[in-house]
Amino acid sequence: MTESTILLDPTAERSPVARALSARPDALDGLTVGLLDISKARGNVFLDRIAERLDERGIKVNRYRKPTFTRVAPTALKQQIAAECNVLVEGLAD
Amino acid sequence: MNSLPDGLIVIAKRACPTCMLVEPLLKELAHGPMPLTVYVQDDPEYLAGVPGVIYDKMLETSFRLNTEFVPTIIRIEGGREVDRAYGWHRGDWQKITGLDKLGYDLPEIRPGCGSKTLEPGIAEELAIRFGSVKLASRQVEIGDAEDLMEACFERGWTDGLPVVPPTQARVVRMLQGTTRAPDEVLGPMPPDLVPCTVEKVAINAVMAGCKPEYMPIVLAAVEAALIDEFGMHGVLCTTMFVGPVVIVNGPIAKAVGMNSGVNALGQGNRANASIGRALQLVVRNVGGGRPGEIDRATLGNPGKYTFCFAEAEDSVWEPMSVERGFSREASTVTLFPGEGVQGIVDQKSRTPESLARSFALCLRAVDHPKLAMAGDALLVVSPEHSRVFIEAGWSKARLREELERLLQLPGDEMVVGAGGIAEGLPAAVAGTTVPKFRPGGLNIVRAGGSAGLFSAVVAGWAASGPVGSTPVTKEITA
Repeated sequence: MTESTILLDPTAERSPVARALSARPDALDGLTVGLLDISKARGNVFLDRIAERLDERGIKVNRYRKPTFTRVAPTALKQQIAAECNVLVEGLAD
Repeated sequence: MNSLPDGLIVIAKRACPTCMLVEPLLKELAHGPMPLTVYVQDDPEYLAGVPGVIYDKMLETSFRLNTEFVPTIIRIEGGREVDRAYGWHRGDWQKITGLDKLGYDLPEIRPGCGSKTLEPGIAEELAIRFGSVKLASRQVEIGDAEDLMEACFERGWTDGLPVVPPTQARVVRMLQGTTRAPDEVLGPMPPDLVPCTVEKVAINAVMAGCKPEYMPIVLAAVEAALIDEFGMHGVLCTTMFVGPVVIVNGPIAKAVGMNSGVNALGQGNRANASIGRALQLVVRNVGGGRPGEIDRATLGNPGKYTFCFAEAEDSVWEPMSVERGFSREASTVTLFPGEGVQGIVDQKSRTPESLARSFALCLRAVDHPKLAMAGDALLVVSPEHSRVFIEAGWSKARLREELERLLQLPGDEMVVGAGGIAEGLPAAVAGTTVPKFRPGGLNIVRAGGSAGLFSAVVAGWAASGPVGSTPVTKEITA
C-alpha cells in the first residue's frame, strides 16, 4: 500500500469504512423476488424449489437467466432485474 | 531530532554548483579535528570514498534538520545545534569549523541552492511520511485494483461528477491555503449537526477541485452557511428549488482569478466552479445532506452542483459587500438561497425609467406572479444595463427604491381566483396594494460580460426572511 492509495474520509465518519451490504427486508410480503439462473448445471433445480416455496406463500416471483455463467450478467439484464424486483436470489454452485 | 552526534554536519547535493565547489573542503574536513557527517540528497557519488558520508535518499535527515538550502553546515555540541550557515561564506565556515585557513583560495561567498526537501510536492510528502503533520480524519485504504475516482463514487462522496481523490498530500497542500488549524471547529454542519473542522473543509475542497489559495473563501462560505439566519438546514431539506448561491466581493475575487465578467454565472472558471462546489460537498459529506435522503427537493436546480460568482466592481455602483456594511477593502462571501437563472431580455430601453419597469415586470414572476412577500430575489444587472442607470446618475440604491415602488402590486390582481387562477394571495388583500418583496428582500449585484443588454433574476426561497432563510455575509479572513 503506497500513500497515494490512502484517501482521507471527507464525511462525518458516521458509517463504517467497510461498505455495508444493502439492507435486507424483514419480510417478503408484498415484494417481488427475482430468481437468477446463472446457467450453471442444476442451478435450476435449486431455484425451482425456491420458486415453489415462495409460490406457496403467495409471493410474486420473476425468473431470469444469464446467457453464461462465465461472464458477468449483461447490463441490460441487471437493469431489468433492478427495475422489476425488490430482492434477488441466485444459485451459485453446482 | 533527539540526539545528534557532536561535530560537524553538512547537507549537500551534487546538482548544486556551490556544493561541488566545497567538495574538496569536505574531504579536508573529514580528516580534521572534528567528526564530520555529510548527508547527500541526490547522488551517493558525491564525496565517494570519504568516511562519514550518508546518502539521505528518503530525505528524512534533511527534513528533520529543517534544511532550506544546500550546502548547509551545522555544528553540534553536547548533542545540540550551536551554529549553522547556508551556502558558501568563507568567514562563516571558518568560524563554524574553527579552521581559519579553510577555503582561503575560494571566492569569499557563493550562494547555495534550494534543498531537495523544498521541491514542489516533496515537502508535503515528507511532512506526512515523517509525522510532522497530524490529520485527524479516518484513513480509507483503497485497494491497488480499485480506481480512485470510482472508489469515491462508490463511497457516496460525490455530487454525481468525478471528484479529485483526497490524498493526504493534497489535503496537506490545501491546508497550506489557510493559517487556521486543521482541528478548528467552524460549527455544527446541518443537517446532521456534525462539528465541521477546517480539515474536513479542506478534504472536500480538494475533492471539489479547489486550489489552496481558495481556502479562505471556502472557509468563509462554510461559516456563512452556519450562520443561523441563513437556515442551511431548511435550504437543504426543502422540497423547493433552492441552494446556496455564493457571491464574492472585494480584492480576493481578482486575486484568485474569479470570474465576474463574460459568462459569470456559467461554466469555465475554476475558482467560481470549485468554490461553490466545495460548499455543496461539505453540506453533503460533513452535514449528511444528500438528495433523496434529507434533501427533498422536488426538482432542485443545476446550481446545486455549484453556483458561485464574483460581483463586477468596476463601476460607481456600491458593491453588495459595502451595501451590507463592510468596507471597500474587505473581501466577503454572501450567501443567497437561490433558484436558477431567469433571463431578462430588454434591448430597447435607453432610459432608467423604462428599464426599471422591465425589471419590475420580470421580478413579478418570482415564485408566481400572483404571490408576494414570499421569496426574495437576486437581480443580476449586466454592465450594459447598469450603464443605462449609471449614465443617468442612478445608484444601485436609487434603482432598488424605484423597483420597490413599481412592485407595489394591486391586490385585486393577486387574490385567489383572480385571472381564473386558484393560486394567489388571501381575499383580504383585495382593494389594497401589496409589496412584491419583504423589506430588504430585493438584492442587486452587477456582473456579466461587456456586451449584451441582458440581466437576470435569481429567485429566492419562497420561505425567505426570518421564517426560513435570510441572505448572510461573512468577511473572508485567513
